[in-house]
Amino acid sequence: MTQDLLYCIASIGLFGIGLYGLIVAPHIIRKILAINIMSVGVFMLLVASASTVDSLPDPVLHAMVLTGIVVAIAGTALALFLASSVHTLGRATDEDSH
Amino acid sequence: MDSFLTVDALLPLLVGLPLLAAILTTLLKHHNWRVGVSVAVASIQLIVVVALLAWLSGSWLHDNSPSFDSQHQRYALGGWGAPLGIDLAIDGFSALMLALTAVLTLVLTVYSGGYFSEPRSTVDLGSAPLAAPRPSPSPSPVSDPLLVDKSARFWPLWWLLIMGINGLFLSGDIFNIYVTLEIIGLAAVALVALDGSRASLTAALRYLLVGLLGSLCYLLAVALLYRAYGTLDLAQLSAIAEPTAITWAALALITTGLLLKTALVPLHFWLPLAHGSAPAPVSAILSALVVKTSFYLLARFWLDTLAPAATDYGLLMLGVLGATAIFWGSIQALRAKRLKVMVAYSTVAQLGYLFLLFPLFLFSGNIRESGLNGPAVSAIAYFIVAHACAKAAMFLAAGNIMRTVGHDEVDRLQGLSKVMPLSLFAFAIAGASLIGLPPSAGFIAKWLLLNVAIDTAQWWWVIIILSGGLMAAMYVFRVLSIAFINVDEKVQTEPQSSTNDPLTINDQPMLMSLCAMLLAILTIVLGFNAELILDLVNVGGDV
Repeated sequence: MTQDLLYCIASIGLFGIGLYGLIVAPHIIRKILAINIMSVGVFMLLVASASTVDSLPDPVLHAMVLTGIVVAIAGTALALFLASSVHTLGRATDEDSH
Repeated sequence: MDSFLTVDALLPLLVGLPLLAAILTTLLKHHNWRVGVSVAVASIQLIVVVALLAWLSGSWLHDNSPSFDSQHQRYALGGWGAPLGIDLAIDGFSALMLALTAVLTLVLTVYSGGYFSEPRSTVDLGSAPLAAPRPSPSPSPVSDPLLVDKSARFWPLWWLLIMGINGLFLSGDIFNIYVTLEIIGLAAVALVALDGSRASLTAALRYLLVGLLGSLCYLLAVALLYRAYGTLDLAQLSAIAEPTAITWAALALITTGLLLKTALVPLHFWLPLAHGSAPAPVSAILSALVVKTSFYLLARFWLDTLAPAATDYGLLMLGVLGATAIFWGSIQALRAKRLKVMVAYSTVAQLGYLFLLFPLFLFSGNIRESGLNGPAVSAIAYFIVAHACAKAAMFLAAGNIMRTVGHDEVDRLQGLSKVMPLSLFAFAIAGASLIGLPPSAGFIAKWLLLNVAIDTAQWWWVIIILSGGLMAAMYVFRVLSIAFINVDEKVQTEPQSSTNDPLTINDQPMLMSLCAMLLAILTIVLGFNAELILDLVNVGGDV
């Protein structure tokens, strides 16, 4: 039980750290990383919850974590593509104006 | 054989059809083929929804297939039951939302067929005003090979978005809702970025971060709820939810996440940019449907699934935020320099009305037990439909104006009424509906809201609703007066000052004007047929 509690507190902590980073960090890559830290926090809570239900781990939660990871990867990939496109376009217009 | 052809198969079909269209439009090489497939699928989808509505209202098919529980209008996917499998569920409110989605999908699909059809003329018209302030031949973002064929990238994303919206309205499972939220979010972001300009990419990136943050808050709430109750099913949750600390925490997280996605006022910062820089059909569906999906979920969680944990204070708080949104959005709409940004801020304001649902629901008596129905819910559902049609019409009209004139700066639209009478007429009718002038659907929507406010003795909302209409009149008539009044003075100079190309009638696609007009007329037709919609909302409730 204490182990479970430890995991829960740690996962909420990770979520908090990510949220703080997302709001405070100035750079877009840091913001994307912060989002990923937040999702790791949520996944950890899900995995930790899976062990508490019974002696056997709960497969539903594992399926949820897998789905969540897929979604997180898709979101991160899209964010990185957009960030790099904004960066490239920004550099092109900067060179124009100089 | 029997179970294959029964009406319950229609529910998964509403998710499967758009997915099929997404795959087909990815495979097809030519724009015209993609449009053909899309229009066909959108029509079938509309027919399916109509069949579903007819069945829901009990006037048609009576089916008793094993996997369908007609009492709660649920369908177990693959025959697996609720705790383990994924259930699709439908009630009056979600059926109405599905119908709205189907109608808008069809109209917007036809419009998009025109909008993305001629890349040549779009590039010409689009690059002309860009070139004016920047004399040096700069590499236009459109020339990026990755971003050339908008049609090829638009259609699959479009259908994925529709699939997500349908899936969300059908979901009977909180984790499935998370997945559909993400599908909607990712597809919408990619559609906003479709333009490929730096402004739209920046807007899309911000939209994406906000969307991911919102979904993660929601997912954390899902984790907490599953920990506490051991189920993901909406119906089971609403049966066993108790006002404990963990439920409150989950509700708070869900609210935060979904308010971000719905863009209620303190959290609306991303919306005007994203909705203002997307292509016209995308802006239309974002404002008409996508923000409503997260509002729908908020209503579902606060008033139905987690209703025991919903405190009166929280409900009032949401109403106050909504009232703030009405004023703030209207003021910003008045100050907006670009037409599309104005329409986007108008969405912020109109979303505020939706949140009046929560305080109005609070005092409307004994319906707290019976799920999503009652006078307040009917009024809001009607408001959603009215606003969706009007706002989509407005964005399409604004898109037509932008396409023809080459810009959408409000102050430079003088004399537009001579050049594009049809689009402007659509804009005016949609505007009348937003204001709440009599024959339109907007009038009925506000009338219903006022009725509920007076019935529940909350006169202060009456003042807010009425003054919101007044402010809507101010920003709508600001555009119209500029477009109509200066006809004689400015119609000659405007084309020269905006673009170097003289305007010709050929630049105006008739079909696209007609689509905007059709939606505008729909707001009037709905104004005369309010009973249909109001009956539908309450169909799932008391049998």
